[in-house]
Amino acid sequence: MSSKPTNVVIAGLGGQGVIKASDILADVAFSAGVDVKKSELHGMSQRGGSVSSDVRFGERVYSPMVPEGEADFLVVIAPDQIAVNQSVLRAGGILIEPSMIDESKLTTKKSVNVALLGVLSHHLDFPVDAWTAALKRNLPEKLHEANLISFSIGRNQ
Amino acid sequence: MPVLLRITTRVCHSKTLVRRGTVQIPAPRPAHFEHDFPSRVMIPAYAKPAHLRMRKTLAEIAEWNNSKGPNLLLAGSPSLGIITSGVAFQYAREAAPQAGILKIGMTYPLPIDRMSRFAGSVKKCVVIEEGDPYLVEAAGDAGIEVEGKQEMYRFGELNSDRVRRILAEDSTPEPKRAPGKPPALCPGCPHRNVYTILKELDCIVAGDIGCYSLGVLPPFEAMDSLVCMGAAIGVGLGLRHSLPAEEAKRVVSVIGDSTFVHSGITGLVEMVYNPPATGHVVIILDNGTTAMTGMQEHPGTGRTLEHAKTGKVVFEDLARSLGVRNVHVVDPVAEPEKLKTLIETCLESLQLSVVIARRNCLLAAGSIREYERCHEQ
Repeated sequence: MSSKPTNVVIAGLGGQGVIKASDILADVAFSAGVDVKKSELHGMSQRGGSVSSDVRFGERVYSPMVPEGEADFLVVIAPDQIAVNQSVLRAGGILIEPSMIDESKLTTKKSVNVALLGVLSHHLDFPVDAWTAALKRNLPEKLHEANLISFSIGRNQ
Repeated sequence: MPVLLRITTRVCHSKTLVRRGTVQIPAPRPAHFEHDFPSRVMIPAYAKPAHLRMRKTLAEIAEWNNSKGPNLLLAGSPSLGIITSGVAFQYAREAAPQAGILKIGMTYPLPIDRMSRFAGSVKKCVVIEEGDPYLVEAAGDAGIEVEGKQEMYRFGELNSDRVRRILAEDSTPEPKRAPGKPPALCPGCPHRNVYTILKELDCIVAGDIGCYSLGVLPPFEAMDSLVCMGAAIGVGLGLRHSLPAEEAKRVVSVIGDSTFVHSGITGLVEMVYNPPATGHVVIILDNGTTAMTGMQEHPGTGRTLEHAKTGKVVFEDLARSLGVRNVHVVDPVAEPEKLKTLIETCLESLQLSVVIARRNCLLAAGSIREYERCHEQ
């Protein structure tokens, strides 16, 4: 892994699982043995407002925040939050958004966050087992099956 | 010696890997109590020697901080040195990987000699600190030659971009991020009806901190002040005392249940002791939990933080015991009309009233039912 960290910004609205998705991603990076930092702006995260979370991982990470215009990936769960966050993406950075997945295939609409992690996982080097394990660690058992399905729908796009 | 551990916003909103230290310091478990009057009883006769002891101890700590304090020195280019502290250290490392850095771990009393030696070892020394210029002014006062940040970076949070700009002495306007969607009270939140009524009645509302602070934003715009926890009652009483009578009559204090037990009770005592000529109306928004910070219990729920049964402070009993005669409990979701009539009546009565709008937070209601069911068994 290069000395420059990989920068991911996850954004959406309160209640969509932005923080949960960033926790899962940070957990995957952690279990891969790299340095990882995350930061979140969660004002009142269950109150429907804009929420975003930065995750940075690599050989060495300093600031927990992704600098403007340096995100390698921007994962947006609410389509109306793309414009608000677009400026964080670097030139050539990848935008991941709900239109990339077939939402009708998801067991529950609440797992769009995990389906988009599935899309993201396709671009990162972590093994699928690490994702599965992190999903299970971060979600209650009754939600495992639905979320594992959502993840694979996203990953196999 | 009192110790303050100051944790700034971004540290509280970040996570990273932490390696636990090997030194374990167990909580003190004294075998017995030892009297030590001059050290613990600050009557004037003991306070003056205690003050002298404190200054002496601080001088010793400053000396320790200079020689062995929790300060980190990173060697770097002799052309640029950075003195920093806290999370700003991370921004500085990212913005200027070539610079030498002195990271100060304990900022009071400052390791002035250490800072002076460091500043003298580099061609240019810049202080990178968030917010007000504490380190840079202390260094300047001690005759250390350092540069600080431009005034524009005093406001708002720092980040690695802003630190790059500070080091480049760039004070051109910064790019503005598009505003996001502001938070709002949940659909079905019991506070909604209260604010709708207060708006309809054209009340002047002294507010407080919690989810219900969102009453200040559209569509309600029904909160006129928010200072600190418990201020709703003090500010409301002040407005009642000072405004012209016709406006004073419309003043209402709004405070949440956990905020009320935290620091609203003293305000209620003041209301009984120095009642405004037009009376006053305090509304306790009792949603049965500390909703904004994550559904923690508080003394008004009768459950410990671990949800075990414990003593319960009953707001209506407390208010009556203090001498408030008009105390009412109403469900703002089931009985909005009754609540509106009640607030109107209380306002018109020119007496002291406490209205408890009681309905569990929607997000906590399921868990609360479960805790109550467990306790009944």
